[in-house]
Amino acid sequence: MTTTHDTIPFHEAIAAFDPVLGLETHVELGTASKMFCSCPTAFGADANTQVCPVCLGLPGSMPVVNRTAVESTIRMGLALNCQTAEWCRFARKNYFYPDMPKDYQVSQYDEPLCFNGWLDVTVETEDGPRDFRVEIERVHMEEDTGKLTHAGGATGRIHGADYSLVDYNRAGIPLIEIVTKPIAGAGALAPLVARAYVTQLRDLMRALGVSDVRMEEGSLRCDVNVSLARPGEPWGTRSETKNVNSLRSVERAVHSEIERQAAVLLSGGRVIQETRHFHEDTGRSTSGRSKEQAEDYRYFPEPDLVPVAPSREWVEELRGTLPEPPSVKRARLRAEWGISDHDFQTIVNAGALALVEDTVAAGVDQASARKWWTGELTRIANDRGVELESLGVTPAQILRVEELVATGALNDKLARQVFDGIIAGEGGVDEVVAARGLAVVSDDSALLAAIDAALEEQPDVAEKIRGGKVQAAGAIVGSVMKATRGQADAAKVRALLLERLGVQE
Amino acid sequence: MASITREEVEHLARLARLQLSDAEIDHYAGQLDVILQSVARVSEVAEADIPPTSHPIPMVNVFRDDVVRPGLDREAVAAGAPAWEDDRFRVPRILDEE
Repeated sequence: MTTTHDTIPFHEAIAAFDPVLGLETHVELGTASKMFCSCPTAFGADANTQVCPVCLGLPGSMPVVNRTAVESTIRMGLALNCQTAEWCRFARKNYFYPDMPKDYQVSQYDEPLCFNGWLDVTVETEDGPRDFRVEIERVHMEEDTGKLTHAGGATGRIHGADYSLVDYNRAGIPLIEIVTKPIAGAGALAPLVARAYVTQLRDLMRALGVSDVRMEEGSLRCDVNVSLARPGEPWGTRSETKNVNSLRSVERAVHSEIERQAAVLLSGGRVIQETRHFHEDTGRSTSGRSKEQAEDYRYFPEPDLVPVAPSREWVEELRGTLPEPPSVKRARLRAEWGISDHDFQTIVNAGALALVEDTVAAGVDQASARKWWTGELTRIANDRGVELESLGVTPAQILRVEELVATGALNDKLARQVFDGIIAGEGGVDEVVAARGLAVVSDDSALLAAIDAALEEQPDVAEKIRGGKVQAAGAIVGSVMKATRGQADAAKVRALLLERLGVQE
Repeated sequence: MASITREEVEHLARLARLQLSDAEIDHYAGQLDVILQSVARVSEVAEADIPPTSHPIPMVNVFRDDVVRPGLDREAVAAGAPAWEDDRFRVPRILDEE
């Protein structure tokens, strides 16, 4: 069960097999109170301070459904083009694991609140953008589980511990689970389609205001099902990779699982139906529980809750609250910004659409907003293996940086250092500028002194420039920029240099 | 009529984390059979026009507003825990699930 197989290169895997994906995404809703009780849902509270008899499963306590959670689920379903059930029930999912104090989780089983929808996603290919329709099987309501700690110390485990510690603050927070139908036919684009789908789900939930989807806090979790088929043959056995908690990891998990399964199959082995665990650090998964023996959760209708039967009037009222559909919104923004399909897709692929939109709304021009989010900030986020929004850079800060660049107080190089400082937690723009002493040297006499020093050091270059080889000026400008630790305006240094030497451009 | 097998009782016992002896399996199989037969009698009176129900009162859409109310004091929570450590419930370690 724990055998690790070698992998084969992705392009070889794709040449031999067609991948089929299934994505189950859990998202915590942004309600103030829990799904079935009035306990708060705030993240980061002290352990077991947001619990009550209902979410602790104490005898005699009775759950009551949070109306806002039902509305949020219906709105999400409608935004995913789903039908809304006329009548549906909650069900108990029974299992023995201490993450739920009741020994069951209240979920929905064969009667989801929303079903049969779709979401169109776009991925960038060598031949330009390509659209995929991801079919949605169902959207249902359930409650989140408590948080177990087996861990302690640097090794992540209490040495020799034979017990676990449980915090039930998270138990009972409303979750929606969104399940796709099998996604086939994406071929080599499968990892990108998976990522684009989850990115768009996230953006949709934020646009609806049903969740702020703080991925770094685990409020969106994805289970990735992958199977492979030889072209024209039936789908193979699937594996389910859990623990996939970032957009980037969704793509990596699909990618590595395709490589792993292909290696197993090409070496004559068979894929085992199992749960696998994804590891952010390595980008690979390890084998978990075998699912050869089917789970037996003994679902049955929750007797403590009455059915949910949304009237058609209510559903239509909720439909009226939906924001602009994503495809319409994208077309509008692209037109407003006047940029190419390719440039627009670059923003989408970076997962930066909402950030760029907010930054433009904050007053930054679209070119600068795009430049920062899809350039320097994406690079830093990738280096650190985090999502863009977890960097902690705000649209208002980008506006401030741009203002300082416009007045000449900062140049692009210094601006990058400002963002480094913000990300390092050194404070806001002005604080970082002050603390790090970042300012463009605009004092001519300081610059002229640096220019003179550079000319003295490189007399041969100085001679070339005097002789009319203006392009040689770059070497002197470079020395001056170095001497001023980048805090000078290069164009200004060049102009001063040429003036000093009496050379015309 | 309903008739429960030894295998089914063994499966149920495993799901409920109960260890049963051979004699107990036979004993419970007999008892569970009686329960199932009693429940099955309901089917005898339920005609096709009577839909199954999961709730005794025909009632739907009982909701509460999304308003926060404080829960229990942690001391009270701890008092109900069989074991408590570091402000958390202490439970036996369950392997192979995380």
